[in-house]
Amino acid sequence: MSTVGIVMLVHTALDRAEQVARVWVAGGCPVVIHVDKSVNKATFDRFKAGMSDLPDVLFSPRHRCEWGTWGLVAAAQEASELMLGKFPEVRHVYLASGSCLPLRPVKDLRDYLDARPKTDFIESATTADVPWTVGGLSEERFTLRFPFSWRQNRRLFDKYVEFQRKIRFRRKIPAGIVPHMGSQWWCLTRQTLSAILEDPDRAAYDRYFRKVWIPDESYFQTLARLYSQNIESRSLTLSKFDFQGKPHIFYDDHLQLLRRSDCFVARKIWPHANRLYDTFLNASDDAMKGTEPNPGKIDRIFARAVDRRTRGRPGLYMQSRFPNDTWENGVTSSAYSVFQGFTELFEDFEPWLARATGCRVHGHLFAPDRVEFEGRQTTFTGAVSDSAVLRDYSSIMFLRNLIWNTRGERQVFQFGPADNQKISWEIAKDPNAQISVITGAWAVPLFQSNRNFADLRAEAALLQKIESDHLVTLRSIYAKARIRIWTMAEFVEIPMEALQTVVDEITGKNVRRLTEAPRMVDLTGFGQFLQNLKNQGMHPYLMGDFPVDQAPVNLQPSPRKPYLVRK
Amino acid sequence: MGVWQSYRLRLQRQRLLARAWRKSRELRLIEDRSNGIRPNDILVFTTFRNEAVRLPFFFKYYRDLGVDHFIMVDNDSDDGGAEYAAEQPDVTLYSTKHSYRAARFGVDWLNHLQHKYAHEHWTLVVDPDELFVFPFCDTRPIRALTDWLDASAIRSFGAMLLDMYPKGAVDAEPYKKGQNPLEVACWFDSGNYSIQKNHLYYNLWIQGGPRARIFFKDEPNRAPALNKTPLVKWDRRYAFVSSTHMLLPRGLNLVYDEWGGEKASGILLHTKFLDTFTSKAREELERKQHYADGQEYKSYVAELENQPELWCKWSEKYINWRQLEILGLMSKGNWA
Repeated sequence: MSTVGIVMLVHTALDRAEQVARVWVAGGCPVVIHVDKSVNKATFDRFKAGMSDLPDVLFSPRHRCEWGTWGLVAAAQEASELMLGKFPEVRHVYLASGSCLPLRPVKDLRDYLDARPKTDFIESATTADVPWTVGGLSEERFTLRFPFSWRQNRRLFDKYVEFQRKIRFRRKIPAGIVPHMGSQWWCLTRQTLSAILEDPDRAAYDRYFRKVWIPDESYFQTLARLYSQNIESRSLTLSKFDFQGKPHIFYDDHLQLLRRSDCFVARKIWPHANRLYDTFLNASDDAMKGTEPNPGKIDRIFARAVDRRTRGRPGLYMQSRFPNDTWENGVTSSAYSVFQGFTELFEDFEPWLARATGCRVHGHLFAPDRVEFEGRQTTFTGAVSDSAVLRDYSSIMFLRNLIWNTRGERQVFQFGPADNQKISWEIAKDPNAQISVITGAWAVPLFQSNRNFADLRAEAALLQKIESDHLVTLRSIYAKARIRIWTMAEFVEIPMEALQTVVDEITGKNVRRLTEAPRMVDLTGFGQFLQNLKNQGMHPYLMGDFPVDQAPVNLQPSPRKPYLVRK
Repeated sequence: MGVWQSYRLRLQRQRLLARAWRKSRELRLIEDRSNGIRPNDILVFTTFRNEAVRLPFFFKYYRDLGVDHFIMVDNDSDDGGAEYAAEQPDVTLYSTKHSYRAARFGVDWLNHLQHKYAHEHWTLVVDPDELFVFPFCDTRPIRALTDWLDASAIRSFGAMLLDMYPKGAVDAEPYKKGQNPLEVACWFDSGNYSIQKNHLYYNLWIQGGPRARIFFKDEPNRAPALNKTPLVKWDRRYAFVSSTHMLLPRGLNLVYDEWGGEKASGILLHTKFLDTFTSKAREELERKQHYADGQEYKSYVAELENQPELWCKWSEKYINWRQLEILGLMSKGNWA
């Protein structure tokens, strides 16, 4: 007869529980089964009768086991007492549930425990040190009262907790114990378990834990600390919990993962996972001697799942992720750059920038007549249309979509006061945005155009107003983008230096000096153009102090030097 | 304000249920196999009209997912589809010749039938041209999903409509009965959707895809809604407000996370754009039985004259649910 006894707490899927119990017994472990009292009597009797051929299976008195309540502890206590009383050779008692599945041959587990006869495997940590708890009740589990069911009377439960906090109610923790918590699936030695069950103060402890919240995660975990000589604070049962504190469930497609985990027992298995049950219950007996459980890979998968649920993918807006403002944890998915005033000042800025940075350089994505995708394509990644109407219908979603669709490739686009300004705030608050502005450069196309001055004056006034509003946004204390603003006058003084800084930031620091400069438009007479606007009463101030060149008109014009590149 | 609003919505829900009951008189029971429905069975509810060519694959697809029973309303089909459905061993069939439009596009009929059959069942409301895809649907049956939703105390599950289309003209390749429509129409738009929140009903309003891109490029606000909540653990007090886009009580519409996380969601692959579409659009335009006077169909027919191609060089070819997950159209949430 074996030295390991299994206590099984069964709630549902009784057929699976029976299968598993048979495997335990076949492996030489006696089993004590506790069936939840909410299972009706006829079903229970059938279940019991189905296993009448197994002398080593006993049934303990039934309790109602609602999650988070004392019933689970009472069930475990009585089943353990029965186990220790009826099977004197048992040295380790393993607490399992009906939806646990042994992944390794039972003999493996027995050998493992035989090699560690004095060790108690029970996850047990003080509340102050672990952030496991869900819903904010960690230390308070032990100091408040919980007479209302969390499952059925959630509102009353919450209200009563709130009320106790308000009146500063605190229960007294019995002397001599320090609350610990951990997985409710443990494996204790006869010494420790019997010491807990036969403790002269047990009545006092029971009375106290009866009103603790989720006592099955703290009763044995706390009391084991009093008696155990050798606690190994981990559970032999592979059982992962999600962010709501409910166990992750294993399905057929986890087969390989479970196999490679080398864990002894996994919980919780979906009752209809036929392939898992078939594989592991009919596994051959070649024991994997001495292998330590290694659930790392499963841990990572479930940790990623919880992360997906709680933090999601930054920059993604979709049917099941629609974060409120400022709760996005990342406005967009990746870095992008916005240039304002550069295409106006340089003739071949877009192709030049594409060559210098290797990014995808678009034109004015928010231009009034169409979306100027790179190469003026009619659709772009994600089948985003170039229709201005569609874009303007939801311009912020347009931008988010574009950045999300092209993640992995940096997007660059031009912006200006003639464009749809709805995204102004969106890009300003986005830490992923790099915004470079040459203020007042919108005047250059006006200067070059052949239009009536009255029209030009009106348009210049409008553009200046729009750009100035945009600048207010960019200079707001809430703006989180990397923003650089030059007046046009400043910029033409040091164009290559400014471009180098911006390009360096895009490509990564100090890769190389720019070897090729974009061609600046001929600005001869621009100062005079601005002066003319001023003379008309429209003061263009965003360009900075642009010198009015050559006030005396009869001087020989000297051709502007092209910017030379220093190697 | 909050209380008053809730009260108004409650009244509206009660009106919807009363209306569904009134409209139930238009339904005639053709084939009743509903006594075969066991507790916990997963039910599909469908209204159809002249879909004989699609039904064989429809049944196969949903049986393979693990659906237990179909409850269907035939709206005056004359192509043998109703007879075919009536022969199926897991179908309860109703029939009506009344107006689809007057029954608020079939919603009243289905609200009534759900009230009658679906209480405490997981129910999936889909059209014959919609194929439900959920995380892990290639390795886990739909019951795995509903069990997980039950365990997580989630009552409703969102699945956005994703319009599928062929490469080339819509009617270039004929669809054969029983064929997987995705063999013909396997392309979709992966990232051009716009989303707004409805602050009264709490649902998201999603538009976009090829229909917005081609048919509604001048009036994007009229583009059809793509948000759907087709899978619900039904209660007889629930009611769909408009198609499966909105439900009451409105808490059921909260299938999205607002704190930055992702809830689990699926996709309804919408295989509307097969070769049958052209004739169907013309017919529907004449019947004027669809939403907003069949405005939608008016746009289709107008645009179809130009032989449009829905496919573009950035269209994505459908592979499986994992692809949709990576593209961010659906999510596993914390289901692993």
